[in-house]
Amino acid sequence: MTSINKFTAPDHYLVDDLLTEEHKIVRAAVREWVNRSVKPFIEDNFEKAIFPKTLIKELGEIGAFGPFIPVEFGGAGMDYISYGIIMQELERGDSGLRSMASVQTSLVMYPIFSFGTEEQKRRFLPKLATGEMVGCFGLTEPNHGSDPGSMITRFKDMGDHYLLNGAKMWITNSSIANVAVVWAKDENDVIRGLLVEKGMQGFTAPETHGKWSLRASITGELVFDNVKVPKENLLPGAKGLRGPLSCLSSARYGIAWGVIGAAMDCYDAAMRYALERKQFGKPIAAFQLQQKKFAEAITEITKAQLLVWRLGVLRNEGRATPAQISMAKRNNVEMALHIAREMRQVLGAMGITSDFPMMRHMMNLESVITYEGTHDVHLLITGHEITGLQAYK
Amino acid sequence: MKLLVLIGNVPDTTTKIKFNADRTAFDASGVQWIINPWDELALTRAMELKETTGGAVETITVANVGRQETEATLRKALAIGADKAIRVDADVRDAFYVANQLAQVCKGYDLIFAGIEASDYNGAAVGGMLAELLGIQSVSAVSSVQIEGGKLHLIREIDGGSQSVSVATPAMAIVQKGIAKEPRIPAMRGIMMARSKPLEVVQPVDTEIRVSFESFELPPAKAACKKFSEEQGKELMHALREEAKVL
Ligand SMILES: Cc1cc2nc3c(=O)[nH]c(=O)nc-3n(C[C@H](O)[C@H](O)[C@H](O)COP(=O)(O)OP(=O)(O)OC[C@H]3O[C@@H](n4cnc5c(N)ncnc54)[C@H](O)[C@@H]3O)c2cc1C
Repeated sequence: MTSINKFTAPDHYLVDDLLTEEHKIVRAAVREWVNRSVKPFIEDNFEKAIFPKTLIKELGEIGAFGPFIPVEFGGAGMDYISYGIIMQELERGDSGLRSMASVQTSLVMYPIFSFGTEEQKRRFLPKLATGEMVGCFGLTEPNHGSDPGSMITRFKDMGDHYLLNGAKMWITNSSIANVAVVWAKDENDVIRGLLVEKGMQGFTAPETHGKWSLRASITGELVFDNVKVPKENLLPGAKGLRGPLSCLSSARYGIAWGVIGAAMDCYDAAMRYALERKQFGKPIAAFQLQQKKFAEAITEITKAQLLVWRLGVLRNEGRATPAQISMAKRNNVEMALHIAREMRQVLGAMGITSDFPMMRHMMNLESVITYEGTHDVHLLITGHEITGLQAYK
Repeated sequence: MKLLVLIGNVPDTTTKIKFNADRTAFDASGVQWIINPWDELALTRAMELKETTGGAVETITVANVGRQETEATLRKALAIGADKAIRVDADVRDAFYVANQLAQVCKGYDLIFAGIEASDYNGAAVGGMLAELLGIQSVSAVSSVQIEGGKLHLIREIDGGSQSVSVATPAMAIVQKGIAKEPRIPAMRGIMMARSKPLEVVQPVDTEIRVSFESFELPPAKAACKKFSEEQGKELMHALREEAKVL
C-alpha cells in the first residue's frame, strides 16, 4: 500500500509563493480530511461501485459545498482560488468525490444563488451547504449531449403551475438528489431553469449502472412524466442557454483545478515507487526512460498549476472568460489523463492493482474528459474564440 | 472559565531535517509548518469543552512565542475555533526563555493547556516552568480533562495505569496523546472567520539566555539491508552477535 500520509505535492516552480496563508490553510484542511476520510476507503468503494453517502455530511462540515457563496446563504464567502484548491484536494482523493462536490457547488448552488429568488436562496442554499440536501443538474438528454440547445424537455404554463415533460440522462447525483436544477424549454422555445423536487408526482430518477468510470459517484436519469412544478420553482434570472452555460463555466473552472490533484497523486505515488523499486541493480528512477516520464509529468503539472493560478486571479477579478476556462479544462484534463497512464506504466504490473491509485484515476478521468464539454468540443470553443468562426455546426 | 492553549509552531512531521553548514542551526528553507501535534489535540479538547459544558467555558485563547511567519499557525488555531491569539514577537530560544515570555501573557486564565513536548526539539519543559513562574499548580501527563461544577477533573497516565485527580483553578494541564481523539480540521467558514479574530502581538521581556545550542547531529544513515537465505542460519546468528551486537 502507498502511504497516504507521505504524500508530497510537487511544486517545482514555487507556485506556493503565489498563494496566501489562508489558501494554504484551506489546502491543508481538505488534504487532511481526504487522508482521513477518503483515501483509506476509496479503492474499495470504487471497486464495489458505491458512493459513500456518509461523506456528504462531512463534506458539508468542512465547508466543501459552496465555498464562494456568501456566508448569509450558508457558504464561506471565499475566493475562487480557494474553491479551486478545494477541488484539487478532493480530486486527489477521487474524481467521483470531486464531481459530487462540483455539481453541488457550481451546478446547483451557483444557479440558485445567481438566478434564484430571495425565497429560493433562503430555502435551498443553507441546506445544500451543510449537505442536508443534495442537488443535481439536468441538462444532457439521451439524444442531446454536446448540443444541449436542441433539447426536447419542455414545460407548459398551466395557469397556477407548470407541466414538465421529458428526460435527462447522465446526471450526477440523480437518485440521491432532493432538488434537481432542470433546464427545459418553455412554450416560446426559451431555455429556463426549474427546481424539481424529490417526491413530485411523475418525477423519477433511476440510477445508471455498469460504469467503468466514476464508480464511486452516482449517475442516473431524470424522468418527467407530467410533473406539476409550482410556479415559485422557476429560476427567474436565467433565460436561454447562457444560464446553464454560466454554471458550466463555474464547474469547468473547478475541474481545471481538480484534475491537477489526480495528476499529483499519480506522480507522487509513482515517484516514491520508482525510487525504491530496483531492476538491473538500481532504482528504476535512475533509468533515462523512466526519468523522461517523470520530467515530462512535472513539466505538465507545473504548466497546469500556473494556468489555473492565473485563471483563478482572473476569475477573482471577474475577468475569466468562458473560452479561457474552456482552454484550462481541456488542457488540464488531458494532462492528468496522460500522466495517469504514464505513471501507471512506471509501476509495471503493480500499477494495475488497487494498491495504487493510477488505474482508478485513469478510469475516472475518461468521464472528466467527456463531461462538462468533451475534449473535442472545447477545442472548437477555442477555435471559435480565436478565429471568430464557429465550427460546431 | 477562560482557557488558554499554548501553540507551538513546528516543522511538518514528514519534513526532511537539514542543518546549516556548521550544524549550529536548523535550516528552515522549504519547511511546511504545523501546530505541534500535542497542542493541536489540546486545542481540540478545549473546543470540545467549550461546546459541551453549556457555557462553562467563556473563551479560548491561543498563544505562542515566534516571529511573524508563525502567525499562519496561530491563524489555523483561530480557524479551528479559538477566539483570540497572542504572539510574543521573539525568536524561540531555550525553554526558560520561552516560559518567561509566555508568563507575561498567560495571567488571568483558569486553565492552561500545554503539550507534553514539542515534536521538534522534544524539550518537554515549558509547561512545568511556566506553571512555576505563574505560581499555579500543574498536572503532567494528562490524558483526559473534564469540567464539572467549576472544578477540573483530570486523568493522568502513570506507569501501568492511570490516576484521577481533581484540581482547583487556576491550573496547568500538560497533556499527552489521548486528550482528544483526532485533531480538528478547520472548516472553510472557520478559516474565513479567523480573518477578523484578534491576534495581539506583544514585545518580549528581557530574559537571560541560560542555554545555547552548540551543534546538532543527525542519526547515522541507515546501513544497507543484509539478507540471509533460509540455509544461512549460522551466518545470521554470527552477524547478530558480532556485527549488530544485539544478542
Ligand atoms: C459520469 C458522467 C456524469 C455526467 N454528469 C452530468 C450531469 O450531472 N449533468 C448533465 O447535464 N450532464 C452530465 N453528463 C453528460 C455529459 O456532459 C455529456 O456526456 C457530454 O456533454 C457529451 O455528450 P454525449 O455523451 O451525448 O456525447 P455526444 O455529444 O454524442 O458526442 C460524442 C462524440 O462526438 C463528438 N462531437 C459532438 N459534437 C461535435 C462537433 N460539433 N464536432 C466534432 N465532434 C463533435 C464529441 O466530442 C464526442 O467525441 C455526465 C456524463 C458522464 C459520463
